[in-house]
Amino acid sequence: MNLKELYQEIILDHGKNPRNLRKTENFNKDAKGHNPLCGDKVHIYLKINENKKIEDISFEGQGCAISMASASIMTDLVKGKEEFEVKEIVSDFLDMIKEKDKLNNKILHDDDKTKLMCLSGVKQYPMRVKCATLSWHTLTSAINNSQEEINTESN
Amino acid sequence: MNIIDIKKEFPIFNNKVQNNDLVYLDSANSSQKPLVVIDRIYDFYTKEFSNVGRSVHYLAVAATNLYENTRSSVQKYINAKEKDEIVFTKGATEAINLVASSFGHKYLKEGDEVLITELEHHSNYVPWHYLRKSIGIKIEFAEINQEGEVTIDEIKKKITPKTKIIALTHLSNVTGAILPIKEITQLAHSKGIPVLVDGCQSAPHMKLDMQDLDCDFYAISCHKMYGPTGLGILYAKKKWLEDLPPYQGGGGMINWVKKDDIGYGDLPNKYEAGTMATAQVIAFNESIKFIKKIGIENIAKHEEELIKYGEEILKKNNSVKLIGNPKKRGAVLSFTIDGIHPHDIATILDEDGVAIRAGHHCCQVLHDKLDLTASARASVGVYNTTEDFDKLNLSINKCKKIFNLK
Repeated sequence: MNLKELYQEIILDHGKNPRNLRKTENFNKDAKGHNPLCGDKVHIYLKINENKKIEDISFEGQGCAISMASASIMTDLVKGKEEFEVKEIVSDFLDMIKEKDKLNNKILHDDDKTKLMCLSGVKQYPMRVKCATLSWHTLTSAINNSQEEINTESN
Repeated sequence: MNIIDIKKEFPIFNNKVQNNDLVYLDSANSSQKPLVVIDRIYDFYTKEFSNVGRSVHYLAVAATNLYENTRSSVQKYINAKEKDEIVFTKGATEAINLVASSFGHKYLKEGDEVLITELEHHSNYVPWHYLRKSIGIKIEFAEINQEGEVTIDEIKKKITPKTKIIALTHLSNVTGAILPIKEITQLAHSKGIPVLVDGCQSAPHMKLDMQDLDCDFYAISCHKMYGPTGLGILYAKKKWLEDLPPYQGGGGMINWVKKDDIGYGDLPNKYEAGTMATAQVIAFNESIKFIKKIGIENIAKHEEELIKYGEEILKKNNSVKLIGNPKKRGAVLSFTIDGIHPHDIATILDEDGVAIRAGHHCCQVLHDKLDLTASARASVGVYNTTEDFDKLNLSINKCKKIFNLK
């Protein structure tokens, strides 16, 4: 285990000063996520245009450094992407957090991938993986307009 | 009382946890187990095992006697008037569910009020919520004061002619407040209201006397009292156990069974349906002996000193905020650190072998009231020392360093 790997400078920075921590005006999709074990909450807002491109994404919520940083980095990276691209990035990220060594998608630039890989430290802390994935599952729910509140304990 | 010797009786401390000596500050969650308890489970299964209360063969009779011996020990330990007032359950949660269900379905109707407090663990709220949904009762919350306590005046204020039962904790698992149960019971009884006490956090740390407290129901969690998991105790006054309907139906709880009707068994069998946690019950007798050998007064004094020490050391640490400031704090110290989420604190502490709890501790109503999503909690048992709090403090400083706090 390595705490330095988990709490890298970039995580601490995004955890302390989360980007896009606000509510998008005129959002047209949103979803809530919740971790009942710790009480952490996230609410993701999307503004998607007619070309299915994410014009704006933001989030509100409270959580630990890992969950706030994960949501912050995620919102930064998917802004401006198309829905299908976002879905691919999400599934690639979740695969990486669960088992793979690296990110395989061809959408993100290498420096963005490096940023995202900073979250891979949670792999060594099974109890904390949910902190990193909550906002990502919630983003999927928002895109799919499923109206379903994501709950880390129900899947 | 020599804590170093007592600690040696707990095998868990002989092993390193991730290359660290274990600093176990999570006893409010569950206590560690002394070897006598662990051995008793092993011995029972290897030499004496049989089901209880059914067969007539030698082992069955012996197991039944052992099982009933624990009931007698519990009765004496908590000074219940009669042995039949002790019911074994799968946990304190089941004990409270039993009362909520059996009492609720017999005595509560739409619009009746159950008075609980903002300090309650979910196990003393959710079972009453079921009745809110099924019967339409109302749940009233006695509020905490600035110190995180619930006072008798607050209880007095919340009692109405519709209050049918008061269910409240003896010791808060978050603020550490100890509630004046005896006075609350006197007040409630003067108005004809029965009282259920959630004794999960108090039972491991203070002398219990049911006849003195005079409460109607008292729920105990055995795994927090150096005992095995899967076991709880419901103390209930005999008049209630005789009066209320059984909670679960099955083998062992009946007197006679015909196609058109069933007669229920005598106390306490009426409430112990199915094969019980036999090995755990028998081993719990060793937990009681262990506590009695040291003396609950000695344990209480030791823990009181520890909490005072912990309180002082954390109060001196900048950016640590203690939750609650009760006149007398029970065996828990909950805190937050500005700028660090409790889960991050717990992960970083864990790296040093310091085990605490982070989260809402099954008290979301209380955390909402305190405007917190989560908190960190250090709680003690007989095996803790002041050094454990020194180590906690050092690890907290490490958290602050990682998060660039001063």
